[in-house]
Amino acid sequence: MKNKLSLFAVPYVVWMALFVVAPIVMVVVYAFSTADGGFSLSNFARMGTYAVIFTRSFKLALIATAICLLVGYPVAYMMAKEGPGFQRIASVLIMLPMWVNFLLRTYSWMSILEKNGLLNQLFSAIGLFDLINSVFGTNIQYFKMIGTSGAVVLGMVYNYLPFMILPIYSVIIKLDNSLLEAARDLGANSAGVFRKVILPLSLPGVLSGITMVFVPSVSTFAISRLLGGGTQMMLGDLIEQQFLGGAYNPHLGSAIALVMMVIVVVCMWVMNHFGEGEEQAVML
Amino acid sequence: MSKELIRLANCTMAFDDEVVLDNINLYINDKEFLTLLGPSGCGKTTTLRIIGGFQTPTSGDVFFDGVRINAVPPHKRAINTVFQKYALFPHLNVYENIAFGLRIPKTDEKGKKVKLPEEEIHQRVMEMLEVVNLKGFDKRHITQLSGGQQQRVAIARALVNKPKVLLLDEPLGALDLKLRKDMQNELKRIQKAMEITFIYVTHDQEEALAMSDTVVVMDAGKIQQIGTPEDIYNEPKNAFVADFIGESNIIDGIMRADGVVEIFNRKFRCLDGGFERDEPVDVVIRPEDVDIVPEDQGQLKGTVTNVTFKGMQYDIIVDFYGFKWLIQTTDLSPVGSRIGIKIDPDGIHVMKKSHYSGMFGDYSSYSEEYEEISDASFDPDEDQEGGDEE
Repeated sequence: MKNKLSLFAVPYVVWMALFVVAPIVMVVVYAFSTADGGFSLSNFARMGTYAVIFTRSFKLALIATAICLLVGYPVAYMMAKEGPGFQRIASVLIMLPMWVNFLLRTYSWMSILEKNGLLNQLFSAIGLFDLINSVFGTNIQYFKMIGTSGAVVLGMVYNYLPFMILPIYSVIIKLDNSLLEAARDLGANSAGVFRKVILPLSLPGVLSGITMVFVPSVSTFAISRLLGGGTQMMLGDLIEQQFLGGAYNPHLGSAIALVMMVIVVVCMWVMNHFGEGEEQAVML
Repeated sequence: MSKELIRLANCTMAFDDEVVLDNINLYINDKEFLTLLGPSGCGKTTTLRIIGGFQTPTSGDVFFDGVRINAVPPHKRAINTVFQKYALFPHLNVYENIAFGLRIPKTDEKGKKVKLPEEEIHQRVMEMLEVVNLKGFDKRHITQLSGGQQQRVAIARALVNKPKVLLLDEPLGALDLKLRKDMQNELKRIQKAMEITFIYVTHDQEEALAMSDTVVVMDAGKIQQIGTPEDIYNEPKNAFVADFIGESNIIDGIMRADGVVEIFNRKFRCLDGGFERDEPVDVVIRPEDVDIVPEDQGQLKGTVTNVTFKGMQYDIIVDFYGFKWLIQTTDLSPVGSRIGIKIDPDGIHVMKKSHYSGMFGDYSSYSEEYEEISDASFDPDEDQEGGDEE
């Protein structure tokens, strides 16, 4: 019975082998070789040149993940505590942007944030710039938003927030209400119940939320290019350039991708190890 | 002498239009073991949750030590609860589960938050582990404990806070029979040792009788009877209580005079009085209060229709004029034999008629199930042959 069923897994195993394992092997092979095909560590030797981009990528991804957590946790908590009607509406509202194409969403943010974009027009219309200029004696005509790291972070938060909210929500909603009653019964007030029971028991959701936001954030490329205006180059853009851009060098691109992958895997491993106790407790 | 600690005054609880508790009046004494007993949906758990502060009655008042506590939240009541499925914290070990309540800062008289020193917490947790026989289990994870051990942790976690009242919501429901019996004794011992009030919810009448000082029998959101286990068993107030507590034959009777009740047109002496002359009543006769005698000496005569061996005794079903009684006897009377019975005056209990009259008491359905099987002339193959012929 079990063997018969496992036959159905064969297509996926083949798929994985062809399109996940093989490409990773190719990335490794490419990373440790040069255009003439020989083994070489020269690709990694050049990594220092890109330290700025590495730092920026991880910094912006961390900031975006932190903001997602700070914004997403209360939303997830509120959703879990409200009635099913609110939950349905909130879930749809959270998912809705994801039905719109990713590039389209990002282009929309461009037209909102740019120099003559919606936001600046709004500020101008309500006389915000006049007010600031008259108070401070400056001559501001618009806020520079596009092309800043803030815009990139905003784009990442906007795009990846659902991936933070949903796993946290699904953990909190499954918490046994009698545990919360037990905590209250033992003398904990609302803050105590949250801090000592809900928060620790929702950590597995937080951990998977962090993973699901941080990993795509660190390797993002379109957001940084479109909203960063070319000044906020991130790892994803750098890798893209090595494969598709003028700086064509798949060996260097593979090496960068490999280093990034290793760093991300190490980060995730450390974090999961850190939260292992709680995760086990909840799974059991 | 024990004094009143908790009082529920005219408590009614309704969810939407469904009345779950209907004007409950109940007082609970200090250091008492009180059991709320009834079938599921009778309102016993709701009553417990009102006392614990998890629900506020729709109308009526709750008093604790003379103070109205309707609006006092659970964490400010000197009451702790052992939850039905224990509700132990899965992210904490045994020690931290028990220490949970102790680690929460308490407000002293001056309104200052005070934390218990770590040594005191340690000492009290260790003491509690000893009380519930879990010494050496402090570092264990909750998931590494058996059901009975989890139960003990739940009790320890509640008791370590030295509550005045411990609420227990069907705490033994998930345990097997043997363990349940052990835990009943254990709970009784703990209650005596700690000298606090236990309010215990169960649907198991045997458990209620064995453990309680006072039993409150509930049904349909109303209190049916409050009394000691002996009162409840020997002097049930209505057919519901008589049926719910133990086995009972409930028969229609007519009260002919004080001390004289008529059943099946025969007069029996009894100890009850205070009824109208010729008032229709319900008569309870417990299966163990019936003496079997030779047919010609019996006050009533009937035919044995079913015998079940129960170990300590036989449960026999006897047909008296079409009404089937359950009688418990140590002497075997075979199926089909004619017997007579005698009932002493103290074996007869007379109750006023209530809306429960006629709902309980006849054992005919019980016996019919067994009749087919025990009927020697019944041949299961006969039916099959008939089927083949068609």
